[in-house]
Amino acid sequence: MPHKTFFWFIFPSLAAMFLFIALPIVSVAFQSLYIEHEQVLIEVENCGPFGCETETVVDNEATAAIRQAEPLGRFNGLGTYFDRGHLATAEISEAWSTRESFSGFLSEVMNLPFYRALAFTLTYTFVCTPILILLGLAVALGVNGLPKAFKGPTIFVSLLPMIITPLIGSLILFWMIDAEGIFGKTLQVIFDDPELSLKASPALTWITLIVYGIWSSTPFAFVVFYAGLQTVPEDTLEAAMVDGASRWERIRYVVIPHLMPLVVFITLIQLMDNFRVFEPIIGFSAQANASSLSSIIFDDLRGDIARFNSAAATSMLTIIGVAILLTPVLIRTWRDFNRKRA
Amino acid sequence: MASMASRRSPALATLATGFVILWIIIASFPFLWTLWGSFKVQGDFFSKADWTNALWGTRTIVETGGAFTTNGYSGAWIEQEFWRATMNTFIVVFFTVIISLTFGTLGGYALARSGFRYAFWLLMIALVFRAMPHITLVSGYLLPFFEWNVWGHLPTSIIVLVAINQPFTLWMLHSFFLNIPKDLDESAMVDGCTRFQAFRHVIIPVMWPGVVTTGLFSFLLAYNDFAVTAMLLSQENQTMIPKIASFLGSTFEEGNVMFAVAAVVSAAAPLFVLILFFQRQIVSGLTAGAVKG
Repeated sequence: MPHKTFFWFIFPSLAAMFLFIALPIVSVAFQSLYIEHEQVLIEVENCGPFGCETETVVDNEATAAIRQAEPLGRFNGLGTYFDRGHLATAEISEAWSTRESFSGFLSEVMNLPFYRALAFTLTYTFVCTPILILLGLAVALGVNGLPKAFKGPTIFVSLLPMIITPLIGSLILFWMIDAEGIFGKTLQVIFDDPELSLKASPALTWITLIVYGIWSSTPFAFVVFYAGLQTVPEDTLEAAMVDGASRWERIRYVVIPHLMPLVVFITLIQLMDNFRVFEPIIGFSAQANASSLSSIIFDDLRGDIARFNSAAATSMLTIIGVAILLTPVLIRTWRDFNRKRA
Repeated sequence: MASMASRRSPALATLATGFVILWIIIASFPFLWTLWGSFKVQGDFFSKADWTNALWGTRTIVETGGAFTTNGYSGAWIEQEFWRATMNTFIVVFFTVIISLTFGTLGGYALARSGFRYAFWLLMIALVFRAMPHITLVSGYLLPFFEWNVWGHLPTSIIVLVAINQPFTLWMLHSFFLNIPKDLDESAMVDGCTRFQAFRHVIIPVMWPGVVTTGLFSFLLAYNDFAVTAMLLSQENQTMIPKIASFLGSTFEEGNVMFAVAAVVSAAAPLFVLILFFQRQIVSGLTAGAVKG
């Protein structure tokens, strides 16, 4: 296809992506270098019956005026990146030099909002992904063995947790694990602890969110594996059987190698999706005990005063995280592409 | 076609079936429970005394006289004006899907037919864009949109959703167009069609299965979105999902939670219908990317 035709075909799509994905990234980068104006302070002299005293007060009008005139704020360089809300370099070196034990240092670090969010995001991503792949494979193997008439309805039900809006899915579970909801109540009875609440401690909240993540993404792995199972070569399976391979050995040495490319595909998609975990935290009202990179950006933007610059700096750090996560994939695809051309 | 290799021992078959049944319960029970509970009063849905109250509606009978009540639904739809949010959702989703598919088919076709290196690079960039958390992009929009006075309107979020949707649409339609033989449009061009005429008369008639599948996923993205619509729409233009979130933010009055429960069930219903009718397309769409690698 000539360059010119190609250009006109791709133009609308390219323009949309350029204007609303590429430029916003530039805008975020730009915003992150600024910081909101400080409040304008003025000295007022209050004269009462006992003499005069000067007092410093905030000039709200002037503050509003200057914020209105320059909504971007004043230039701050990389300052926002290193402040307490983000990389917190000063706090970390302080905590390191005064540390008494390594775990003490870690808990200091975990009090910093950015590291807390990063820790949860990474834990969520790297715990959910392998578990949901194994679970999806198990469900796919199970469904594959069902009589034909049951397969359709089973797949229908299995798709539900994935197709459902993440916020709705997490709300549904949130109501059930409420101390007065059915799961919450059952857990209280099982553990014989009427005070037990899954919302109370950070550890329990993390577990709840991870369980939600597995519940909502297992169907994806299941569907992909199930489709893969339909193409497993029957001849190879029978040959393995003639050679005396047990059922487990057939799965281990024939089926799983056949599904390996799909594992790579699911891992890639799930790493990307789990890294931006956001809605469950809102749905479970879990901000107090767990926050992700996306949710702290949301909180910055949603606060009483929107903190654009802080949100922008976190966004930039998140984008860098995505880039690191994707690098191995991109390198691999690049190599594949060159091999195909050669 | 029960071949030797797929036969299993009875113990294993029982175990496997049991596992699948367990999975079905895990996957479906929360939905059934919430659907059932949405017709009860709050005292039953969150039962302090006895969980079986939620089954028989003990408090519901005391408070309303019947075992089922539609108070949650009337409260959400009429009192809290959930119908308005539903209409907004419909507008946003409809236009997002239509525009995404129009842009996506043109772009996907071009990417599938161009042998040049830059087509590959565009696909790679699209992959990176696909991985971008939506909220990071939103934080880039807010300040400019405030400045240009376009914040809060439906068209703004439609075009933003279209753009966010493009990387995925391009990938999916690109791999779909690769499956349509090149000879088809090239022979049309030998016969004197321009590239666009070939696309218009030869490709469009055969592309519908792929477009329907891609359309389903565009629909899901727009319908399920929270980050973009919650941040970019003003109060009166809110769509369903942010509206539900705002139910929760309002003070925990008795009964208000049931509005949210009813709204959640209402918003989930269209998705159930969607899977019911398009299960095959959804499954094939999920696997399309995987099979291509």
